[in-house]
Amino acid sequence: MSILARCETRRLQGLWAKLGLDPAYKLLRGPECGLVMLRGRTGGTGEAFNIGEATVTRASVKLDDGSVGHAMALGRDHLKARLSAIVDALCQNVETASLINAEIIAPISRELDGADEKRLMQTAATRVDFFTMVRGEDDAS
Amino acid sequence: MYVSVKGGEAAIDNAHRLLADRRRGDRSVPALTLDQIAEQLVLGVDRVMSEGSLYDRRLAALAIKQARGDLIEAIFLVRAYRTTLPRFGFAEPVDTGAMLVERRISACYKDLPGGQLLGPTFDYTHRLLDEALDGDPEVEPGETREGATEPVSRIADILGGEGLIEEEISGNDEPDDINQTPLEFPLSRAMRLQSLARGDEGFLLALGYSTQRGYARSHPFAGEIRIGEVEVEVFMPELGFAVPVGRVQLTECQMVNQFKGSAKVPPQFTRGYGLVFGQSERKAMAMALCDRALRAGELGEDIVAPAQDQEFVISHCDNVQATGFVEHLKLPHHVDFQAELGLVRTMRTQFEQAESAMENKEAAE
Amino acid sequence: MQAEASALDGGFAQPVFDAQATFRAIMDAMARPATVMQVDPRAVPPAPLQSLAGAIACTLIDPDTPVWLDSVLGDNEALRAWLAFHANARFVEAPAGAAFALVADPSAMPPLGRFAQGSQEYPDRSATLILQIESFEGGAPLTFHGPGIKGTASMAPLGLPSDFAGQWDENVSRFPRGIDLILIAGDAIACLPRSARLVEGEN
Repeated sequence: MSILARCETRRLQGLWAKLGLDPAYKLLRGPECGLVMLRGRTGGTGEAFNIGEATVTRASVKLDDGSVGHAMALGRDHLKARLSAIVDALCQNVETASLINAEIIAPISRELDGADEKRLMQTAATRVDFFTMVRGEDDAS
Repeated sequence: MYVSVKGGEAAIDNAHRLLADRRRGDRSVPALTLDQIAEQLVLGVDRVMSEGSLYDRRLAALAIKQARGDLIEAIFLVRAYRTTLPRFGFAEPVDTGAMLVERRISACYKDLPGGQLLGPTFDYTHRLLDEALDGDPEVEPGETREGATEPVSRIADILGGEGLIEEEISGNDEPDDINQTPLEFPLSRAMRLQSLARGDEGFLLALGYSTQRGYARSHPFAGEIRIGEVEVEVFMPELGFAVPVGRVQLTECQMVNQFKGSAKVPPQFTRGYGLVFGQSERKAMAMALCDRALRAGELGEDIVAPAQDQEFVISHCDNVQATGFVEHLKLPHHVDFQAELGLVRTMRTQFEQAESAMENKEAAE
Repeated sequence: MQAEASALDGGFAQPVFDAQATFRAIMDAMARPATVMQVDPRAVPPAPLQSLAGAIACTLIDPDTPVWLDSVLGDNEALRAWLAFHANARFVEAPAGAAFALVADPSAMPPLGRFAQGSQEYPDRSATLILQIESFEGGAPLTFHGPGIKGTASMAPLGLPSDFAGQWDENVSRFPRGIDLILIAGDAIACLPRSARLVEGEN
């Protein structure tokens, strides 16, 4: 769900279309947009406090075979929530789960990891390498 | 006499139409797209998210466009929109220790695990206008460096081992929400932090500055500032566990302040904390200074400065509230003014009568 | 997942319109205390929660309003899951901590005084109790007067606690504090806000 929540809708749509699955389903709830209150901790580790809210969209579906899928992601994208819920429902079935993992989750996951890696490397390039020029005590002697 | 009147409907309609026209401006200039605002005016978007108290980049970009770049108006729009959505629940407290760091600096230690990571900062620029940006010059992508990434530890973890800095131990995980609970002073630190997190950057900046200039006797160090993305997890009852729903970018500031200790507590460093949406270290730092100043009461310090006064700071830090009350003065106050006018006339008559009585008395003498 | 699925069916088909229609019905019933009205129930919760009670739950309850369930409802896992899923309900164990209470067997419920009564400063911080009764006829007749009632209004709800009249008088005496009631029997609803007073001597 982490991967689906972070992926681009268009990318998900593209991979989903290639898979050619089109299960019949019923919406149990949503897709609907709402808020979740985000929380932090004082000093990073202390008591919880509210920072502010974020928009989220969620959906729950039931496939004709009875399997249920849920999805929730930041933002207001109904299509992504609905598609993610269907994908989640399909993952309840072992066979389709491995197909989805291979064809949807794995490629998106690789792309997201690659983007993270690139950002980390860009940040690393701004790391300060300190070197000593002249020591204070040398001056005094 | 005051006569009640109605009217102005056509004038208002036309004013709104004119506003839309002026907002669009010269039609020969291409209209701004939300992508352009969200990509190239990111820090304005971040401020609107943070003070609008709603994390949604596209909505903030839309608000900026609609508000013609007036950020407080945009914040107002976002706050209003926010009230139209149902609240699904609460996220688990974010773990800023696990942040995917884009910038991390400490003014306390030169060498600390993870290093000083400058990231995309305005610091060390010469603040010279770059006329090349008048056009659309080619911009190189950021330089990359391999094998230099290591876990970025927190400043408190370094100082904490010796007991030199106060510990922050997780406790109450059901903090009150300023959106739901009427303000009753004194407020819990959690409620103060929530207010500060959406408080006006300029107001908090000025207050933070005042604490440095002696109005609260604080001598802070920027223990650590970090900017980056953290994972948001929301507990879903239908699944019985918390699921990740995406990432948000946050700026965190740990201010470290000297504390002389009390009868019960040995001298140690205390902390002020700032955490805001997006990339805004000025706001996060100002928030941390104000948070520390507002803790004066619980730390047994004298409350002598505005920044230490909860009621003063929290009641006035919200720019939507502030703008509402200041700008309401534009609305018709015809009745109030007529009453005041009558009062001033009466007082003047009394003044003149007293004056002429005095003159008559003097003349008689 | 099959067991879970049954607990997840039956929410509002059109959340906005269904919630608006149900809210309107509750508002009208609250504005005309002790008047029985018919409502089209738009949700299908697991038994023993009635359809109309389910629709009201979906309309009024959200994560900011803690819910207390009586033992008949509270012991039903499917029902708890349904309420959590469709109404975003959060449950509390103590009646005093609840903003809403759902009660399937009012005859065995705790006294009204044990629910949140609000304070003098914030009388709104009190509980609204949603009671499933057997019928609006056949019980001890009760006659009310007060705001929203032209003259008097009478009903004979069947299935309330035996000492209801006494409890209600106590509730009214706490005004502006006190709880409000929503009574449901089948597709019929009647409300008793704390401002509805029993006509003395007749009950």
